[in-house]
Amino acid sequence: MSLVPSRNQCRGTAQSFDAIFAKVLVCFPTAQAGSSPNGARWIAVQPSDMLDAARFLKTDPDLSFDSLCCLTGVDLLKFPVADKDAVPCSDLVCVYDLHSTVHNHELRVKSSTSRENPAIPSVESVWGVASFFEREAFDLLGVSFPGHHDLRRLLMPQDWVGYPLRKDYVYPESYGGVELKREGQTFESGPYK
Amino acid sequence: MNIEHDGDFITLSMGPHHPATHGVLRLEVTTDGEVIAACKPDIGYLHRAIEKIGENLEWYQFVPYTDRVDYVCSMNSNHAWVCAVEALLATSEETRLQIPERAEYIRVLFAELNRISSHMVGVGSMTMDMGAFTPFIHALGQREHINDIFEKTCGARLTYNYMCVGGVNADLYPGAEDEIRKFLDGLEKAMKDFNRLITTNNIFKGRLAGIAVVSAQDAVSYGLVGPNLRGSGVDFDLRRDRPYGVYDRFKFDVPVGRRYAGSKGRLGDAYDRYVVRLLEVLESIKICRQVLDQIPPSSGKADDPVGGWCVAKAAQKALRKPPVGEIYFRCENPRGETGYHIVSDGTKVPYRIKIRTGSFCALSIFEKLVPGLMIADVVALIGSFDIVLPEVDR
Repeated sequence: MSLVPSRNQCRGTAQSFDAIFAKVLVCFPTAQAGSSPNGARWIAVQPSDMLDAARFLKTDPDLSFDSLCCLTGVDLLKFPVADKDAVPCSDLVCVYDLHSTVHNHELRVKSSTSRENPAIPSVESVWGVASFFEREAFDLLGVSFPGHHDLRRLLMPQDWVGYPLRKDYVYPESYGGVELKREGQTFESGPYK
Repeated sequence: MNIEHDGDFITLSMGPHHPATHGVLRLEVTTDGEVIAACKPDIGYLHRAIEKIGENLEWYQFVPYTDRVDYVCSMNSNHAWVCAVEALLATSEETRLQIPERAEYIRVLFAELNRISSHMVGVGSMTMDMGAFTPFIHALGQREHINDIFEKTCGARLTYNYMCVGGVNADLYPGAEDEIRKFLDGLEKAMKDFNRLITTNNIFKGRLAGIAVVSAQDAVSYGLVGPNLRGSGVDFDLRRDRPYGVYDRFKFDVPVGRRYAGSKGRLGDAYDRYVVRLLEVLESIKICRQVLDQIPPSSGKADDPVGGWCVAKAAQKALRKPPVGEIYFRCENPRGETGYHIVSDGTKVPYRIKIRTGSFCALSIFEKLVPGLMIADVVALIGSFDIVLPEVDR
C-alpha cells in the first residue's frame, strides 16, 4: 500500500510574482518589489519585518513557501551604483531564495541592513535549515541574527578575526603564530593573470 | 538541564578522523549511557574558501573548482555551474549562447553516469558502515567502469573539468556509445546481485528499519534534498519538476520512500533513503538509454549547432561581459539540490558566488535528529544521508 499521496493530490497552483507581491503587500505595506538589470525580481522586506514575513510566507495556504533553498549574504560595497538603487539604503543584503514544494513556485526575498551594525531577526523557527545558513552568513559576512540559538562561527576557526567575504576584508598576515604572507606576495583581489 | 555539570553525562568527540564520518566531520555528542542526549556538528576542517577564490577567477576558470566542491560527483557539479552561468548569460539577448544539441545530451549522459557512480559509493559505504564489506567492493567495481569511460573521454578519473560554458570540452571517443550500453546491461545484472547480496538481507534490513526517521515536514523545513527528501515520501525532483538542460525530453519515474523495510520500518527511516538511492540508479540507467537512443550523431565539427559539442570561441567572448544581475540556479545532484547563487556586476569575474549544497543542509538536521539515538545508530544516520564533507565545507 502506498503511504504517499499521489502527485496530483498534493500539488497546488503556482502563483505569479505579481500575485505573490500583492498578497505580501497587504500584510507588510513597507515591502517593496525590485528587479535586477537582468530581469530577476524580488521582494525587499524591512529587517524588522523579516521574521513575521517569513512566517506569513510559509503559512499562507496560497503561498506555502515551506522550503528555504538558499540564504546568501551579499556585500554590495563595490557593486555598480545603478543597481544599488533597487536595494534601499545599504550595502549588506541577505537574500532568501524560497521554494514551495506544494505549489512548485519560487520567490526571492531580500532584506538589507547596515554595515556598521548588521542585524536581521533569525528565521530558524520558520525554516530549520536557516540555523546553518545564518551561522555561515555570520561567519563570512558578520551579519548578526538575533534569536538564533547558537550563533557561532561555522566554517572559519572560532578565533578568526574579520569577515572574509566582505569586500573590504584585509587578509591577515599571520594566524596562530604562522606567517601567512610570503615574501614578494600580495593578496590583492582581482582576476588571475 | 545543564549537561556539562551533570555527572551522568559524558561528552564524546566523534571524528574528525573516523572512517564512519565520511571525511572530516566532528560530532560533539553528549551521551547518557548508550543514548545520545545532545549533538553538535562541528564542520570547517575542509574549508577551502572556494566561494572567495571564485571572486578572483574568470567565469570559465572556476569550473575546476566546482570539481572539488563534491569530488564524488564532479560531473554534476560541473553541470550545475555551467548551467548557472549559461542561464545568467541567457538573461540578455546579446550574450545568449546556443548550446549544441549533442553537447546537451552528452552532459545529461555523463551527469547520469556520475549519479550512478556516486550512488554506488553512497550505498556501498553505507553497507560498509553497517559492517558488511563485500557489497562495498561490488559497488566500487561498477564505479570503476564509469571512471574508465570518463578517463577515456576527458583524461581524468575523479576531477574531470569536462564541461565548459558553451558545451563540453571533448566529443565522445569512438565506440563510446556501445561501451556505455554494454556497461548499462552489465550494471543491471550487477544490481540484481547486489540486492540479493545485501538489500534483501534480513539482518541489514532489521538494522536500518525505523532508525533515524525524518518526517516529510521536517525534511522540507531542514532543507533535505534529493534522495534524502524523497526517502521521507516527498515527491519532488528538480529534473522533472523544474527541468534544466534537456531533461524534459526523457521519461523516468521519481522513486519515493514507501516504508520499504516492511512492518518494522517507518516512512523516512534509514532503509527508505537507502532503497531510494538504489531505485534512482535504475532510473538513471533508463535515462542513459534514452540519451543514447536520441543523441544526434557527431558532425566532427565542434561548433555545429546539432552534432557539435562546444560553441565557437568567438561566442564565448560573451563571458567577458555578462549581464549585470543575479541568478539562483538549481540542479539535481546525487546528494540533492546544488544551487549556485551568482551575483554579477558585468565584469569578467563573478561578484559573489554562493554554493548551496545538499550535504551542508543535511547536517543542520543533526542537532534535532541525533538526540535519542544510540551511538551506533549515528553511524547509520550519517551513512544514510550520504554526506560528503568537501561539499559541506567548500
